[in-house]
Amino acid sequence: MSEEIILDVKDLRTSFFVDDFEVKAVDGVSFKLPKGKTIGIVGESGSGKSITALSILRLLEKPGKIVGGEINFKGNDLTKASEQEIRSIRGNEISMIFQEPMTSLNPVYTVGQQIRETLKVHQGLGKEQGMEKGVELLKLVGIPSPQERIKQYPHELSGGMRQRVMIAMALACNPELLIADEPTTALDVTIQAQILELINELQEELGMSVIMITHDMGVVAETCDYVAVMYGGKVVEYADVKTIFKDPKHPYTVGLLNSIPRHDIDVDELEPIRGSVPSPKNMPNGCRFAPRCPFATDLCMEELPDLGDVSDENLVRCWIYSERWDGDPEVKEHGPKRTT
Amino acid sequence: MAQKELLKVNNLKQYFPIKGGFLGRTVNHVKAVDDVTFNIYEGETVSVVGESGCGKSTTGRAILRLDDPTDGTIEFNGEDLLSLNKKEMRKRRKDIQVIFQDPYASLNPRQTVFQILAEAMEIQDVVPKDKRRERAIELLETVGLNAEQVDRFPHEFSGGQRQRIGIARALAVEPKLIICDEAVSALDVSVQAQVLNLLKKLQREFNLTFLFIAHDLGVVRHISDRVIVMYLGKVVEIADKKSLFDNPQHPYTKALLSAIPTPDPEAKKERIVLQGDVPSPINPPTGCRFHTRCPFATEMCKTDTPELRNLDNMAEGHQASCHHIEKIFSGDLVSKY
Repeated sequence: MSEEIILDVKDLRTSFFVDDFEVKAVDGVSFKLPKGKTIGIVGESGSGKSITALSILRLLEKPGKIVGGEINFKGNDLTKASEQEIRSIRGNEISMIFQEPMTSLNPVYTVGQQIRETLKVHQGLGKEQGMEKGVELLKLVGIPSPQERIKQYPHELSGGMRQRVMIAMALACNPELLIADEPTTALDVTIQAQILELINELQEELGMSVIMITHDMGVVAETCDYVAVMYGGKVVEYADVKTIFKDPKHPYTVGLLNSIPRHDIDVDELEPIRGSVPSPKNMPNGCRFAPRCPFATDLCMEELPDLGDVSDENLVRCWIYSERWDGDPEVKEHGPKRTT
Repeated sequence: MAQKELLKVNNLKQYFPIKGGFLGRTVNHVKAVDDVTFNIYEGETVSVVGESGCGKSTTGRAILRLDDPTDGTIEFNGEDLLSLNKKEMRKRRKDIQVIFQDPYASLNPRQTVFQILAEAMEIQDVVPKDKRRERAIELLETVGLNAEQVDRFPHEFSGGQRQRIGIARALAVEPKLIICDEAVSALDVSVQAQVLNLLKKLQREFNLTFLFIAHDLGVVRHISDRVIVMYLGKVVEIADKKSLFDNPQHPYTKALLSAIPTPDPEAKKERIVLQGDVPSPINPPTGCRFHTRCPFATEMCKTDTPELRNLDNMAEGHQASCHHIEKIFSGDLVSKY
């Protein structure tokens, strides 16, 4: 690839230390994000996708800690950056928006005061300049009558409007990388469509790179260029977005796609994945997915596979594609089946 | 086949008063549900969809009489539920059960699974005391849990398993109608699929009728026979599943369907992105409530309230409440954006 890589995460490990016990929330995550592109990190609850995002911005709170790996942002390893350096990167070069805009906005300050604070801290703008820029930002994110809205408190705005305000604040310093952690999960679909369209437009306009963290494969399909599927703290499959949907290789990715009830086609019977996500305190020794995988063999139960090339497009962490695997020859040849 | 009407909701209205002012008088009303009429046949699944604040959950609560409706009638099995007193209604809830969204909040953390299930059996007196344990185990197995788990507490289960306990509790009293209020929304997709399949299996086995309240149209397409679309307290469209998804007529339904992200990056589709937010139900727009966001709205829509109508281009039983169905269908009226 000749594209410029803006973010290169290598073997990131983040653990929580509770009662002398290490919970490996993120356990060796690697991915690359080319400039101006969007990578989706998908997974179900407990897969470690949000912790990955928080680790990149070093926003983890105790007892969480990055215990290994590198986060190379434009050539700098963020895991080694000092607190001061990381503060100058946060907000300026990398911004984040969260799922619940009500809890990320301060209820006792007006929208304008909060945007101005961001601009003051990061760009040293004074009150008047801050106000002017604030109105401009609210206009950019499509808030009608921004002059009035900027004087309002968060509770006076609807959920969609609040999320727009969050995006406006995140964009205040023209970041090069935007991390969106489930930005539309709390919103209604018609509002979700507005916000996703807004993020796409702004990305094109401003040339931002985006990390989209979501559990919704529909959102992934419509916004991402590349996809990393996470399970049990690990990336189990990485590919470009078309390949993930057209030719997924990992049994978990396939299972996830087979479980989605579609609004656009009729599916007689959904094919769910049996069992439930393992507790991070009690991770299987072998492949994290083995206990739920319909194709698991003894090898899968005992040894953890590496994330390796399976085709030109997919990186997959699965034994099926290795010579050592001795399960169902049909599966070995064609891979797990899509039913939808 | 002549189907039996199990539930008939007529002109249901649910207004919540807003108290305020100096003497705490009622200053206004939230018109959460405003003149809703529909019916459910025995053994079918009817879904109510819509965005937050459209009144879908309030409709479900009114049927259970968890809130007392302002006006209208609710007939269940030929009997008017609204004429029953508290005691009689409590008995009637044996036939109408509910499964809520949050399996963490709807189970008592201090009770074991057995106690949770036995309490339901005791209140409705459906199983004699000495048979309750046996029945609880049977119920657990029906919903895909193990007999050994009967003495455990809710916190020992995962989210999907807790939702199964909620389902077992609803089944404990052998209901006819189960209202599922966002019953699978809190679950991860892989687990959500398990619960959806379970609900379908139980419906076949016990001839259950479901009123499914949901916002996820993928889930709705999968589980429903008929679908009701609500917007700001009103029914805007009602149809069998196939007609609704393949031939939607109301501009709101069309926008709602087009707004859902499709899990297929190569799917080509035209997206209708609605402008603005849902207006407040306190002073809902006059005329058609959707006119403030509708790409086809005309002057008439601001003043005249549309009725549900069936036209030639729609299947039998398919109704939509829009003044301009014909003109939009023929292309005489075009979208403003």
